[in-house]
Amino acid sequence: MTTIDKTAGLPEPRSGRDGGTPLLEVRDLHVEFHTRDGVAKAVNGVNYTVDAGETLAVLGESGSGKSVTAQAIMGILDMPPGKIPQGEILFRGEDMLAMSNEERRKIRGQKIAMIFQDALSALNPVLSVGYQLGEMFRVHQGLSKKQAKAKAVELMERVRIPAAKERVNDYPHQFSGGMRQRIMIAMALALDPDLIIADEPTTALDVTVQAQVMDLLAELQQEFNMGLILITHDLGVVADVADKIAVMYAGRIVETAPVHELYKRPAHPYTRGLLDSIPRLDQKGQELYAIKGLPPNLTRIPTGCAFNPRCPKAEDICRTETPVLHQVTEQGGGEIAGRGSACHFWKETIHG
Amino acid sequence: MGRYVARRLLQMIPVFIGTTLLIFLMVNVLPGDPVAALWGDKPPDPAQMAIIRKDLGLDLPLWQQYLNYLGGLLQGDFGTTIAGNRPVLDQMTDAFPVSIRLGLMAFTFELVLGLFFGVLAGVKRGKVIDTGVTVFTLMVISIPVFVLGLVSQQVFGTQLGWVSPNVKDSMDMAQLVLPAIVLGSLSLAYVARLTRTSIAENARADYMRTAVAKGLPQRRIVSMHLLRNSLIPVVTYLGTDIGALMAGAVVTEGIFNVQGVGQLLFEALARREGSIIVGIVTVFVLIYLLANLLVDLLYAVLDPRIRYA
Repeated sequence: MTTIDKTAGLPEPRSGRDGGTPLLEVRDLHVEFHTRDGVAKAVNGVNYTVDAGETLAVLGESGSGKSVTAQAIMGILDMPPGKIPQGEILFRGEDMLAMSNEERRKIRGQKIAMIFQDALSALNPVLSVGYQLGEMFRVHQGLSKKQAKAKAVELMERVRIPAAKERVNDYPHQFSGGMRQRIMIAMALALDPDLIIADEPTTALDVTVQAQVMDLLAELQQEFNMGLILITHDLGVVADVADKIAVMYAGRIVETAPVHELYKRPAHPYTRGLLDSIPRLDQKGQELYAIKGLPPNLTRIPTGCAFNPRCPKAEDICRTETPVLHQVTEQGGGEIAGRGSACHFWKETIHG
Repeated sequence: MGRYVARRLLQMIPVFIGTTLLIFLMVNVLPGDPVAALWGDKPPDPAQMAIIRKDLGLDLPLWQQYLNYLGGLLQGDFGTTIAGNRPVLDQMTDAFPVSIRLGLMAFTFELVLGLFFGVLAGVKRGKVIDTGVTVFTLMVISIPVFVLGLVSQQVFGTQLGWVSPNVKDSMDMAQLVLPAIVLGSLSLAYVARLTRTSIAENARADYMRTAVAKGLPQRRIVSMHLLRNSLIPVVTYLGTDIGALMAGAVVTEGIFNVQGVGQLLFEALARREGSIIVGIVTVFVLIYLLANLLVDLLYAVLDPRIRYA
């Protein structure tokens, strides 16, 4: 039996920023898919940064480009048909898009890890969970089979799977949904990455388990001071764990804000629509608000502001001019840190 | 697991009886009389014929003949030939080792190369190599085995002189290489195509994306994560193919003069030697049933979600 030095696995404390470079910075990222029906522009100039220990929630409907952005960061886009015509993804100041495949592979799993939505299909059905967890150590750290299995048990205990030692040789289908998602989380945590991308980690789970999994994730993130990008369309999940929010629509960020600011006073009509469509107990019996219309077809994004056909406040300028991400200010003119809105009428929306 | 195997083995008994009965009846309705054939071109002597028939038990009703045959089988007696009065078992023990050797060589050939081409085409789908494999396998599938056999015999044996056109010693592995390649080529094409389709389908699975996101090297992703998930349809095909290789050897063995079961079966059919035909087919049926059981057990090894109760 090999004994594992408990202190060896602990990460060294990380500072928020090393010399001013954020942990991850996405700059003007564009992603398009070349399909038979034309070019689908899935991501159209996304900018965001994540620091160590910080949680960025990326919010948006299906097809808003939030997952595609994450896949581009991770380097798991299907290319072709996917293509990144423009943009930079800087990890600790280095552009990952300019790296060789081998360099990127070494970052994946070790520095940046990803948690997928549906753990049942995202875990390999024919390999035991112990094997799939241990694989991380065997490939990246060159541990032996036996050492890797011991590490796998340790990981399973860390995400609080009961009877980890007995269950390490079980297969994914023998676990419940919540336990499977914990295994996914354990897999992402395995090598103490600097950044974790969680792509709708709780969507496939029932509500009681959702809370447990989110709490676990937030706790582990605090403990290891990791950056976290949380992709979701669930506004309830976000409020508890996120530090800041980026709302995406048709491949663009339409609003950014610190988490509580956004809930208090949204500065974009789309965000307002999203918040209004949350069912509330005090409005029981009334008809639930819904944003009219459908998200745009990504091969034919409307000119001007992509949201204009569905926007209750749309005017002529919205159909001709694409709004930039304006710095949002207080009524008196003082800047609100970290707030931006890509709406021509952000002032009216937030203050009006 | 043990109970499952036991049940499957018990199920083989009715299948075994059914198939042997069917073959037995079919041989009996074949036109031509094997006893009369003993006289060759001369007119047979009815009195002599009656004696021979009585000796061989051919004068009994058909059902009694079948029961006698089954009874013999249970004691390991496959009967004797009409011409020459030799035990069928002796002829089979001469021929089967040759055919099994040939079959195993063909099987190894199709397994190794078929999987190799299939994985290659599946991983590089849409690329030149994928199209190449598709065209190559289509060609092999559309060329009849006897054409392939005769052409390769002519080219590699007679013209290039790499191998002797006819197999002189059927137990010599080196001489069996070309017949084995010809015999296995059709199955190779099917294995390659099945593997390619299965790989291409599973390559889009979510767990493949996870494997990439874990930062695993490409080689490991394909061999550990992709291949195992893609093997089930291929294993099914390979299992049934073990039996097919044995039976399919009739043509190949004929072309290359391999003294195997195919040749024996062919000659027995020509001479209406019922006992040899039924004997060989009985062994084929057994091989086929066992191969299928093996395949079903392999499923559980490949995919832990499959359980036997």
